[in-house]
Amino acid sequence: MDTRDTPEQAELRRAARQLARALAAGSVGELDDTVRAGRLAAAVRDAGWLELRDDGGDGTPLAGGEEAAIVADALAGAVADVAFSGPVLAGDLARRAGLPGAAGAVVAFAADLVGPAVVTGAAITAPCFAVDPDPDPAHADAALVLVGDRDADGHRLARVAVTGDAATAPGTDLTRAVIEIPPGAAVTEVSGQTRLLAADDLAQWSALGLALTTADLVGVMRGVLDVTVAYAAERKQYGVPVGSFQAVQHLLADAHCLMEGSLSVALHASWAVDNLAPADALEAGRVAKAYASRAARTVCETAIQVHGGIGNTWECIAHVYLRRALLSTQWFGDDGVQLRELAATRLGVRA
Amino acid sequence: MDYRDSPAEAEFRARLRAWLADHNPGLPASSTDDEYWARQAEWHTALYDAGFFGLSWPARYGGHDLPTVFDVILDEEMAAAGAPPRPSLGYLVQGISTHGSDAIKDRFLPGLINGTERWCQGFSEPDAGSDLASLRTTAVRDGDEFVIDGHKIWTSYSDVADWCILLARTDPDVPKHKGLSAFAVPMDQPGIEQRPLVMINGVTKEFGQVTFTGARVKAENMIGEPGEGWRLAMTIVSHEREPGELGYVARYAKTVKGMEHEVHADPGAFRPDQHEAVAWAHVQTEMLRLHVCRRLSERLDGVDHGPGGSIDKLLMTWVEQTVGSAALSVSGARSVVDTEDVALKTYLYSRAQSVMGGTSQIQKNIIATRILGLPTS
Repeated sequence: MDTRDTPEQAELRRAARQLARALAAGSVGELDDTVRAGRLAAAVRDAGWLELRDDGGDGTPLAGGEEAAIVADALAGAVADVAFSGPVLAGDLARRAGLPGAAGAVVAFAADLVGPAVVTGAAITAPCFAVDPDPDPAHADAALVLVGDRDADGHRLARVAVTGDAATAPGTDLTRAVIEIPPGAAVTEVSGQTRLLAADDLAQWSALGLALTTADLVGVMRGVLDVTVAYAAERKQYGVPVGSFQAVQHLLADAHCLMEGSLSVALHASWAVDNLAPADALEAGRVAKAYASRAARTVCETAIQVHGGIGNTWECIAHVYLRRALLSTQWFGDDGVQLRELAATRLGVRA
Repeated sequence: MDYRDSPAEAEFRARLRAWLADHNPGLPASSTDDEYWARQAEWHTALYDAGFFGLSWPARYGGHDLPTVFDVILDEEMAAAGAPPRPSLGYLVQGISTHGSDAIKDRFLPGLINGTERWCQGFSEPDAGSDLASLRTTAVRDGDEFVIDGHKIWTSYSDVADWCILLARTDPDVPKHKGLSAFAVPMDQPGIEQRPLVMINGVTKEFGQVTFTGARVKAENMIGEPGEGWRLAMTIVSHEREPGELGYVARYAKTVKGMEHEVHADPGAFRPDQHEAVAWAHVQTEMLRLHVCRRLSERLDGVDHGPGGSIDKLLMTWVEQTVGSAALSVSGARSVVDTEDVALKTYLYSRAQSVMGGTSQIQKNIIATRILGLPTS
């Protein structure tokens, strides 16, 4: 056992954090800078990160769950407004169906965002949602859905048109889009599939989704704590920095510990994706997501509290982190969902 | 990043698992039952004789010179087998190893590690808890000996200890942190009296208080230099804060496993909030297991994380108290009608974790100022 980054993983972590720091918005105002956002998107695409889970040629992905999580963590740490996990998850699903690549595409989720939309007819009948699509229409004019087939022992993939514009869609998360795909949108077959998606494929894919959303939450916690600790050391009241007051120090110490504990479960979940049996990888993801969801909520709320009045204004970046945490928490299910699933598998509780 | 066993680790795990299958003494938890303490020495000796104790400590003193990650395997397998946790002595070994002379190490480490000599730790006093450096027990030089007078409290295992690692004031004329020295004091002598201190969960064998009235210790039993006592104490408490050193993951996992077993037998007999409490206790315990894996892996570089032990201590405290609360929830009304309810005792014991080894508030002060770099007021 050695849970440390390999030299290559450490280099990827360093490079991804550096890129995110250089090109992400440093303030709420800079989120409106479309030139900067375009440069960030191009840099992420040019680095090849959107294809990390595409087919490497022999059916295995180009990179492991660990590498994908390292990038997700780094981008979230700077609240980078760029699509990453959405396209990566689409690439992973396409690879499992035997498709050579689905770079830039996105997966359509059911309305609860816990799992992929499953359709049976020629058009969708319930609203579904494209989460974290690449804003470039050349890459994400369609989303992948699963075609339910009761007679076969697996799912096929189909496409449903995405008509909204990710670049302008207003969302709760100011850094990643969620586009609603309305009922009635046509479902078209994807040609070239060589494999049906079996239960194990979907378990591993969900494990990847849980690992990426957990890594995102860890990045959010680290980023918002860096901002908040710096603020507490600088902001003065009663003639001294507010960070010198024990009441404030203890809030931040608690938050720091929650971030460290979350990192420990997140690293394991990212490793588990490709290295444990599907059911075990999924359980590792559920443990990690349950812990980090609760932790991130507390850490982001602490950040807003320590920023005081300014923390409750739109211009303070703390809520950008909180909003990102809210989406990452819901995507693939929040702590309540994960605990319910763990109770089902570990305690035999039936719904 | 690799959580799998190396070939050597896998071989060790298999050997340990086979041994545990035949040698689990089936003791109750240390936190809830005096029987554990009555038979702990037996368990220590059995582990040591089978080659499963002191894995990461020097072979010269009875250890095995293995990387600390082997301790993770030990704790995982003991938890899986439902075996009692290993005796927590790592912090004493670290303190003596770091500060003792070769003569001290040769004299005391083998007996400490093989379990033939048992130790207690005489640090806290009635008026010196968090403010340990203000302690008032004195050690006054008298020829080749020091004479000790004072009162120690919350002294674990004082009733069975052969030796006490004692912190005493040897120089009253210097600032309080600088006048302390540490000694290995023999417990079996007329000047020492020890009495048990009953914990809130009724356990009588863990805590004690010890009075020293003209007790004597040889000058050669001083550990470290005169005035080095504070630094030795800090070495010990920083290791005492680390779940990897203590092996507590096995204790928590054992409790969670018991709760899961109970609920799984008839899930419908428990409410959804009880299901969730048990699932959350599992999540917390897994977090700590994986956190220890990460910390011990970091040590493969030889990195000592210093104040990081305070992070680990807080995480460990939250885990223990989450597990304790879940036990109380699952037990429900049984916890108030049955005074011997193990869940109640587990819960009550968990409240000590945010005090022992330095309160949670002290840990937060350390994290805020030494890790986050926040200014002191």
